[in-house]
Amino acid sequence: MASLTNRSKVLEQTPLSFVERLYLPSILKGMAITFGHIFKKKVTISYPEVKRPFSPVFRGLHVLNRDEEGRENCTACGLCAVACPAEAITMEAAERQKNEEHLYREEKYAAKYEINMLRCIFCGLCEEACPKDAIYMSETFAPSNFTRQGFIYSKGELLIPNPVTDKEKYDDARGKREAQLKNKN
Amino acid sequence: MEMLQIDFFLFIEKLLLIGGIITFSLVIAMYTTYAERKVAAVIQDRLGPNRAGPFGLLQPLADGLKLFFKEDIIPLSSNKLLFVIGPALAMTTAMLTSAVIPWGSSISVFGRDVSLQIADVNIGILYVFGVVSLGVYGIMIGGWSSNNKFSLIAAVRGASQIISYELAMGLSLIALLMLTESLSMKTIVEQQMSGAWGGFLGWNILYQPLGFLIFLICVFAECNRTPFDLPEAENELNFGYHQEYSSMKLGFYLFAEYVNMFISSAVVSTLFFGGYDIPFVNEVALAESWGGNIVALLGFAALLAKISFFLFLFMWVRWTIPRFRYDQLMDLGWKKLIPLALANMLITAVIILWLNK
Repeated sequence: MASLTNRSKVLEQTPLSFVERLYLPSILKGMAITFGHIFKKKVTISYPEVKRPFSPVFRGLHVLNRDEEGRENCTACGLCAVACPAEAITMEAAERQKNEEHLYREEKYAAKYEINMLRCIFCGLCEEACPKDAIYMSETFAPSNFTRQGFIYSKGELLIPNPVTDKEKYDDARGKREAQLKNKN
Repeated sequence: MEMLQIDFFLFIEKLLLIGGIITFSLVIAMYTTYAERKVAAVIQDRLGPNRAGPFGLLQPLADGLKLFFKEDIIPLSSNKLLFVIGPALAMTTAMLTSAVIPWGSSISVFGRDVSLQIADVNIGILYVFGVVSLGVYGIMIGGWSSNNKFSLIAAVRGASQIISYELAMGLSLIALLMLTESLSMKTIVEQQMSGAWGGFLGWNILYQPLGFLIFLICVFAECNRTPFDLPEAENELNFGYHQEYSSMKLGFYLFAEYVNMFISSAVVSTLFFGGYDIPFVNEVALAESWGGNIVALLGFAALLAKISFFLFLFMWVRWTIPRFRYDQLMDLGWKKLIPLALANMLITAVIILWLNK
């Protein structure tokens, strides 16, 4: 039969030689290969003790940011909720009262701010949409939970610790990424 | 009245020995499952079980406990009596063979000479063959009584495979028996120990390399191990003959496989690798300077080392070679191994005749 294209190759299939048909040499060769693997470096990472380093652009759990004085950045503009393709973010805005200037940076703030981590696809669009540098993604991922309700993170869980009263935890939450960036510059 | 007197010490001694060996082979089988998983892991560049206890050493215990706590299901449409007998039979036959294996020479306890062999039957090898053939019933009954087509097909496969390979196994051993002129395992070991170089030159592997190879391949097939694990071929038969089994009944089947591996390794070491013979060491001379008991224990350790090597070989091969196709399996058994074993037998016979002339 003429071939349709001129690219076809004729496979040469010679009958197996006696040594090949014995099958034993190839078995021994294979066993030598598997034996060699015993001494190779193991690829397993023993998870809770050893953690795999994340990439510097890793998008993890969300954090609601505060400024240097410990005031919440978020103004509940809703841009993040609009940008979110998975519709994971819900918020309710409220107006800042007279005596609350030390809590919120601007006149409007988020009274309720919830992210459903089961819906979230960790795309980072909320981070990009935010004009106030209020939401950004940290270097950890959401831990497991027994209930679906447990995956809906409220504002209390998302807010970063106060940099004034709790400096250490704040730095921890900011993560190593920022420090690395600073070191580079 | 002399006739009726029973040597009660012999009774107790044998009872203890039986208990000891059964416990021992169960523990070994338990840790063989652990070793299997570890070997599989390191061959695949992984770490293997390392969470339960130091180095994961408690893993087999955890596995066993898990099996005990599982729900024990007996399918409605199964033959209930046979369904229960199946795993019991598999386990029993796996353990029975250990009776004729000489685990060591004799040790003296309280002035008594205790042989480290449960029964020195003068037809030891025939006994092994008989019990191994019985092992088919465990698979066959289990597969048939489950009333599941996959189980049945797997059981039929297993039975035909074991019967086919038993022929080649027997034929390869006949050549060995021509050399030893005895069916007693103890005698075979003692013959090997009397060879030069502290017994090493007496090992039957040196006189029967082809017979050993055939025997080893057949042992793999008898134990249903890869590349001959067709009764358990997951991609064709789901889970094989123990498809319907759960809880400790399944555990018995899985365990019987490892006990079988252990006992077969012991048989191979005994027949071809000098049993409890320590290579390059003259046991008789050593026993005079160190005492018989220590040398007997050392011999037992030597046997264990040989068994461990074969257990490792079982796993090593399992994680190297893929499974045979069914027709290839039968082809190898009937058209290759049996003629080869026959030829081996003939050559051995001719050489023995020629040397004796």
